[in-house]
Amino acid sequence: MSLNRYESQVREPLVEGSKDYHQITEDICRPVEATPSKLWWVGFIISVGLLIFGVVSIYMDVTYGIGQWNLNKTVGWGWDITNFVWWVGIGHAGTLISAILLLFRQGWRTGVNRAAEAMTIFAVMCAGQFPIWHMGRVWNAFFVAPYPNTRGPLWVNFNSPLLWDVFAISTYFTVSLLFWYCGLLPDLASLRDRAKLKWRKFFYGVASFGWTGSTKHWQRHEALSLVLAGLATPLVLSVHTIVSFDFATSVIPGWHTTIFPPYFVAGAVFSGFAMVQTLLLITRKVLNLEEYITMEHIDVMNKVIVLTGSIVGIAYLTELFIAWYSHVEYEWFAFRENRVNLNSPYGWAYYLMMGCNVLSPQIFWFRKMRRNLLVTFFMSILVNIGMWFERFVIIVTSIYRDYLPSSWSTYYTPTIWEIGFYMGTFGLFFTCYFLFSKFFPVIAMAEIKHILKRSGDSFKENMEKDENETLESFEHANAHH
Amino acid sequence: MAIKKFITGNFYDEAVLFPAVKKVRRAGYKVHDVYTPFPIHGLDKELGMKDTDLHIAGFIYGITGTTTAISFIGWALALDWQINFGGKPFFSLPAWIPIMFELTVLFSAVGMVLTFCWLCQLAPFVKKDHFNPRSTDDTFVMAIECTDKTNEEEAIAFLKNAGAQDVQAQSRETGWWFGRYDRETVQFGKKVAAV
Repeated sequence: MSLNRYESQVREPLVEGSKDYHQITEDICRPVEATPSKLWWVGFIISVGLLIFGVVSIYMDVTYGIGQWNLNKTVGWGWDITNFVWWVGIGHAGTLISAILLLFRQGWRTGVNRAAEAMTIFAVMCAGQFPIWHMGRVWNAFFVAPYPNTRGPLWVNFNSPLLWDVFAISTYFTVSLLFWYCGLLPDLASLRDRAKLKWRKFFYGVASFGWTGSTKHWQRHEALSLVLAGLATPLVLSVHTIVSFDFATSVIPGWHTTIFPPYFVAGAVFSGFAMVQTLLLITRKVLNLEEYITMEHIDVMNKVIVLTGSIVGIAYLTELFIAWYSHVEYEWFAFRENRVNLNSPYGWAYYLMMGCNVLSPQIFWFRKMRRNLLVTFFMSILVNIGMWFERFVIIVTSIYRDYLPSSWSTYYTPTIWEIGFYMGTFGLFFTCYFLFSKFFPVIAMAEIKHILKRSGDSFKENMEKDENETLESFEHANAHH
Repeated sequence: MAIKKFITGNFYDEAVLFPAVKKVRRAGYKVHDVYTPFPIHGLDKELGMKDTDLHIAGFIYGITGTTTAISFIGWALALDWQINFGGKPFFSLPAWIPIMFELTVLFSAVGMVLTFCWLCQLAPFVKKDHFNPRSTDDTFVMAIECTDKTNEEEAIAFLKNAGAQDVQAQSRETGWWFGRYDRETVQFGKKVAAV
């Protein structure tokens, strides 16, 4: 084997079919340049409808107060914070794919990173809504910013995990957005230079910042991507760690747990990958991108799902074991009576969570299942339901029965406005995603072109020549003199 | 920016581009730039470029963020307005680590991206000439700058010989200007068609 053979023996090609650079541009730009299909319009209109439902729900909340929700003194955090943690968790896969997998030199990330990063940004936007509107008097939201004020100045409490969360999530959103947009610049320039219509030339001209593809710019771009990836990697881990601190630093039985940070991060990656699967299975089908988001990609992501699902499973069991082993009466009560006891009001939610998150992903140990599109799609939905219930179980079953039985809550169910708010974030998320898939290339063209000669199908066929090359001629051709 | 004359050639394969760059530079031509649709590793070295110092800037922005966080929080909680949280020290460093970390990352990322845009002169409504629109699609475009000593025909022949296609001489204004890509640009009174 020659040194010039840059093909892996065990991995499948990441780009299928005989492609050259131009063909890649054509394939990925086609959905952007074509008029949207009927299916796109249907999806978009449904999303906007949901978004309007959300806006009305928020209007009700702001006008009449948080009393529009079924929260009470005992259950102070219900659907709102559950949804917040759920969306933030989903927002973890994008940066994990683009940053951590970049550092680990995982070639397969190039097919899915753009869409996953976009998903991250939209998910974090949705997540941010919940703590903001939960404030009630939302016009005072700027009080969380440490600015010189007339109240002293009295500063915000920098020792509070809730404030850490404000910093963590706004930083995460900013960095993800910058990372995503820097990667988009070259692709927007490609769209600009292909544009025939006047508004396209204008729009992509402005959006591409005048990118030219100069060698020096590419060198800086590569350095920037690498350092941003290095910064984003601990950032991803920190964000859900800090979200878990919102619970772990309290003294509520069921929340006061040291295992929370790694447990939350694994859960976030788990749910994030499930959402990536949901979106990409639809995207690759609707936009005809099956040659770029291949079975190999789906297979690999399913492996991540079974790994993180199992980590989450171990965390559930550890938590349960420690609650018993600690001999802390209240902790054990919270687990035994509020969760594991199937006859308790929310016992069903605990078993739903266990079934969706721990048991069902185990079918991904089988290659056949990992490569079955229908199973993958079904599982991705199941995991997202399971992960929503995980947050619901953690939040509600820990607080609905507190130390004083007289203040135990009646069965907490959401009002229509709580449901509407949640549906509204779906509307926001999918409206953004539909617009993104219409106006931006959903696959990073420049990055696909970059890996084409290493992992493209068409170039593997031409490997014969390199196979037979001698060491001397390789050295002669490639060494820098 | 002045209008200069360039000889541009299109390359269809990296394997042809690399030896061509070597030959052109050895022959003493001034390579203005090579425009590529994706980053080509090693091309910067081949063109004699130095490594970028962008990551050093990132480090400096990062420690600025850390310092900002610790000095501001320390001042606010330990000096300006002390609040007693269960008798814990006012200067409670461990509790500040999350925000110190977040600001380090935030300053570093935002600073680096702004520096990147500044160095490359990228911004909305900035327009630049890159000789051939195919360089953002599938080909590698090399531009040789004509100096007083350059013989145009000779340079064209040389570039063709090195493997370039659609070789031509173009008069272009380098650098950037404010403009829109859907409009023709007036450069020093001379109209150049929108690329």
